[in-house]
Amino acid sequence: MLKKPLIAATAALTLSAGASVAEDIEIVFVGKNTGNPYFDSLTQGFVDACEVIACNFEFVAPATAEATSQIPFLEAQIQRGVDVIAISPNSPDALNQVFQSASDAGIIVLTVNGDITGNEQYRDATILPTDFTKVGADQIEMVGSLIGYEGEIAILSATTEAPDQNFWIEGMNETIANDPKYANMTLVATVYGDDQPEKSTTEMEALLSNFPNLKGVIAPTTVGIAAAAQVVQSRGIADQVKVTGLGLPSEMREFIKDGTVEGFQLWSPYNEGWLASHFAVGLKNGTMTNEVGATFEVPNLGTITINEGNSINTQSALTTFNADNIDDFDF
Amino acid sequence: MTFLRSIFARREAGILVMIVIFCLAVGLHKPQFLTGQSLRIILLLTPLIMIGAMAQMLVLVARHVDLSIGSMLGFSAMVVGLMYRELPDIYWLVGFPVAVLTGAALGLGNGLLVTIFKLPSIIVTLGTLSLYRGLTFIISDARQINRSVIPTELKAMSRTSPIFEIPWIILIAFGIALMTYVVARHTQLGRQIYALGSNPDAAPLRGIDVTKVTLIVFVLAGALSGLAGILYASRWGFVNPSNTGAGFEFQVIAAVVIGGVSINGGVGTVMGTVLGVLLLGCVAAALPLLGIPGSTQNAIYGAVILIALLIDRSVRQRGLASMSRA
Amino acid sequence: MSVTTDSQSQELAPSRPSWHVVLVRPETMTFLLLVFGLIGASLLSPFFLDVNYILRSFTLTAEMSIVALVLTLVVISGEIDLSAASNMALSACIFAWVQAAGAPLPIAVVVGLLAGLAMGTLNAFMSIRMQLPSIIVTIGTLIFFRGLAQVIAGDRSIRVPESFIGINTVMVAGVPLPVVIFVVVAIILGLVLGTTVIGRQIYQIGTNQEAALHAGIDAKRIKVGLFLLLGIVSAAAGIMAASRLGSVRYDLVLGGELQMVLMAMLGGTYIFGGRGTILGTFLAAWLLVIVSTGMTVANLLPAIQLTVLGILLIVAIIATNFIYARTQR
Repeated sequence: MLKKPLIAATAALTLSAGASVAEDIEIVFVGKNTGNPYFDSLTQGFVDACEVIACNFEFVAPATAEATSQIPFLEAQIQRGVDVIAISPNSPDALNQVFQSASDAGIIVLTVNGDITGNEQYRDATILPTDFTKVGADQIEMVGSLIGYEGEIAILSATTEAPDQNFWIEGMNETIANDPKYANMTLVATVYGDDQPEKSTTEMEALLSNFPNLKGVIAPTTVGIAAAAQVVQSRGIADQVKVTGLGLPSEMREFIKDGTVEGFQLWSPYNEGWLASHFAVGLKNGTMTNEVGATFEVPNLGTITINEGNSINTQSALTTFNADNIDDFDF
Repeated sequence: MTFLRSIFARREAGILVMIVIFCLAVGLHKPQFLTGQSLRIILLLTPLIMIGAMAQMLVLVARHVDLSIGSMLGFSAMVVGLMYRELPDIYWLVGFPVAVLTGAALGLGNGLLVTIFKLPSIIVTLGTLSLYRGLTFIISDARQINRSVIPTELKAMSRTSPIFEIPWIILIAFGIALMTYVVARHTQLGRQIYALGSNPDAAPLRGIDVTKVTLIVFVLAGALSGLAGILYASRWGFVNPSNTGAGFEFQVIAAVVIGGVSINGGVGTVMGTVLGVLLLGCVAAALPLLGIPGSTQNAIYGAVILIALLIDRSVRQRGLASMSRA
Repeated sequence: MSVTTDSQSQELAPSRPSWHVVLVRPETMTFLLLVFGLIGASLLSPFFLDVNYILRSFTLTAEMSIVALVLTLVVISGEIDLSAASNMALSACIFAWVQAAGAPLPIAVVVGLLAGLAMGTLNAFMSIRMQLPSIIVTIGTLIFFRGLAQVIAGDRSIRVPESFIGINTVMVAGVPLPVVIFVVVAIILGLVLGTTVIGRQIYQIGTNQEAALHAGIDAKRIKVGLFLLLGIVSAAAGIMAASRLGSVRYDLVLGGELQMVLMAMLGGTYIFGGRGTILGTFLAAWLLVIVSTGMTVANLLPAIQLTVLGILLIVAIIATNFIYARTQR
């Protein structure tokens, strides 16, 4: 939106702006790439929040998710003089320099839905959908409950270097190795489908060929779980191989309905946007502080605590989706 | 001429031998590669590339190239996806003519730019590669068409089969290959495309309407890309503005060049192209089975194109040498 | 373009008035577009017109623009190279990988440059020695080089040492260093092309290779030289990008070949060779930055930029072909 002298003129045209236009805080969310359905829901959280609190919101994203594609967009936001940049970073380190310029310009930088692991000093805080230390254990429990805690399982991941994926996979490995409850389960392989349907499909097919006794597959990525489910559906082996993982209800509904997949998990992307905008406005207005251990209230989400490393979670545990509740979710 | 023909016959035999050796070598390590299940996986990987390769083959034979095939695929798929989303009650088969016509219109755009302005097709299609992709974003408002929007019957075509348990999508791809064969070998148009490509300067003297034939080739390439677009929606169950069809042109060029279609125009067979597609399918299916990371796939594709170019050249030289001797 | 329509001396083509010779050329079109671009972008967003911002934005594409200058020479000589962007990525990955493996920084830079030279050699071998069309050869190497970068780096980003980061923050008289390098390279190449024997030979080869051969010009050697130069400059550009970004991934300047070709075409370089100037590419590089920056700062959908890029490329070649057809001696 335009700066102050022109605001009176534009206010009439700006339908989403609240009553107190002049003091609204400018928030921009830079997504990984356009056309990613996950971010439709996340963005909606921002949009809805800015209907009720004093902020203006805009969403921008590059056409492709390569490491450097977000840089021109960040430079542009700095030039526009926005107050808050929220971003789902495409690279853990290629954005450091431009984040530094943003901070120098007094802009609050929040990473949302993924952090710049190892370069945390370049952002003010990170908003993650859930406590990532628990994702691995939750997913193992999920697949265990589906296969009767016995037999071979495999992981179909996204890319080999995705920090979140690797963190969760580490958690899965530790849980299987240390928790006696899963003593009869063996993790036979971890493969990577690069978050492409074609590659995820060939990797899944290869898993089934290489491990004929496979009982369960965890795909902690929305592209991977859909591809894995499609392979199982196509081969008609839903009763022999249980697919689970992290998926979007809108993409998985069909597989839940026809019994290909019994259950999978995720969190609410919507709440990430909702929380991020409340936190950003609170910080700018001085009603919230960005200190480890501080707490604040967010409508609908309750009391939120800032954890170690200025990390904020929108929910404490994963939500499980199955035939009973899948129709309650529309993202 | 018979000698030349026999060389190309040998070229196809050569690819076939390569496929057999490759499969046996992989099968030695992983016996499960030599099963019917594996054949199903390979065939399911190839239908889109097969159709795209037929399109690219015709274009290359006419001594042009079309880099916008992936973007035409993406745009057509998006148009169909939007139609299914906005008109949920529409009969699902309507998507096919819509996709094919959309693709044909885009192909006509390429053809007109090439023929009216006498521009090199590679630069025109490099431009439309970007242009058509941009338009795909614009018409979709940069949003994905989700699985729930794609008709169940359409998605089922990638699974269900009318005959011999071969899914519809594979039958369609081979049907297109057969039709291309008929057009290339047994029609006036086919002969004109080959004649145009072997010697564009002499073509008008032989009574060939160069503009018309060039336009037809590009329209066909667009129409086939459009068909591949709706089959993408069938195979993967969604249409994404940025991913759908991205990089498709390179896979297709790799398959066609491996199949012995000459980049200098006038030379190329449907059989060779089909074998080129199958070889790529075998490689794509074997890599994960052998535990080779998918990140090596592009390097392999690139290397294979370069090697195929060198082979193409040495074959051509030997062919020319034998002709001048005769 | 409008400049050409009002020329009434078309029938008397051989004796064009001198103003006609000076003004009716593709660079004029580029310059006018540049002015329109500046005005349009300023109207689109009040945040656009800021010299520092434009310079900062130019550093984001400065590496590619430098490569486009050399690519212009290659195109004038009648060849093309679509693999330069992949070359940048692979050279940068090799550079980063070698220094991450413990080699001293200068050695890593040299290895990176040599890698670029080797890639140029492969292109030259295939296109000149084996006489395969460079446009298809470099589509192959485009895929191959980026594929190799993916093999070397996987999908992780390789960090470069702190001391090496920040070429874009080094200022020379208030101008970021990459922009200065771009200007210097443009001046040097412009002089070489415009005033030296080699420059004239490059034009002759591109206009008519047969005639050039008869005139005793070693076309092959010059073309090989241009491919090698492009290879090593691409590598240098890739390493510059590594310094700007602080890390390297295989997807560096993915799809950059389109923008490089666009810069050359938009600057009036004739796709079939023999015509074009460094000045044109120089102006076109600024034009592209202004167009894309103007759209980005106005928060327009990035897809519109893709569309505009595609249209610009097509319009640029149509216009250049048109102008050259009109001004043919």
